[in-house]
Amino acid sequence: MHIIPYRTFLYVLALLITLTLTSVAVTRIYLGTLTVAAALLIAVVKSSFVLRIFMHLKFENKIYTIAVIAVILILCLVIIITLLDYLYR
Amino acid sequence: MASKTGMWLFLFTEMLLFGGLFVVYSVYRYRNSVAFHLAANELSVFIGTINTIILLTSSTTIAMSITAMQKKNKKLSLILLGITIFLGLAFLVNKYFEWGAHIREHIYPGSSVLASRGQGDVLFYGLYFFMTGLHALHIIIGLVFIGIITGKIVRDKITFDNYVLHENSGLYWHLVDLIWIFLFPLFYLIT
Repeated sequence: MHIIPYRTFLYVLALLITLTLTSVAVTRIYLGTLTVAAALLIAVVKSSFVLRIFMHLKFENKIYTIAVIAVILILCLVIIITLLDYLYR
Repeated sequence: MASKTGMWLFLFTEMLLFGGLFVVYSVYRYRNSVAFHLAANELSVFIGTINTIILLTSSTTIAMSITAMQKKNKKLSLILLGITIFLGLAFLVNKYFEWGAHIREHIYPGSSVLASRGQGDVLFYGLYFFMTGLHALHIIIGLVFIGIITGKIVRDKITFDNYVLHENSGLYWHLVDLIWIFLFPLFYLIT
């Protein structure tokens, strides 16, 4: 069994809080459409740490990671295709 | 092993559930971008940020509680689980204050005050209450799950060589955190 040291979790927490505060700061300045993109990008980075370290994906069989990516891809596809539909009506 | 796989499969259904709501959000946001921007201004970024940090910390403590279990430190594991539950409850208390403030202003799905503000606001707040409400429901479920696990650990039904249920409760809790990681910027930071 693979044991993750307490310290690792605390380092990741520090990073996640930093990223959170960064996303708040970034959205205070007006960058137009980039603002949302920046906030979402940071959210994606935060999620990857939660998934890989907290949810242990980094240390599990790769099939779990592949499955998670597949689900995320499906969701992205549905959103993109739905928006494409609205864009070209 | 089968138990963990089963839990992941269930998490996928939850991702698709909230994912579907995010699809609705993206369409209505695209069609009412100005109204959504303005409505988002009425949410408290401060409380939202505090809640984000609360959930991130609670994910940390539940992850650490599993390490403690693996290291046969039952007492530390229980303390960390207690902190996790406390943080989850704190999140709900904050949500109560946030929602309370809106409802006192007569902003809630179906209110005439909200209807008079226009379609964009109706959609924004409809999505806000529904998505954060569904998320809060998942927090409650997660807390019950963690509570059950805590009880089992106290009675030694979960031990250092039999803790899959403990891990699974952690996975569920992390998912609840993940959902909030996306809810937060999309409702609070899109000003």
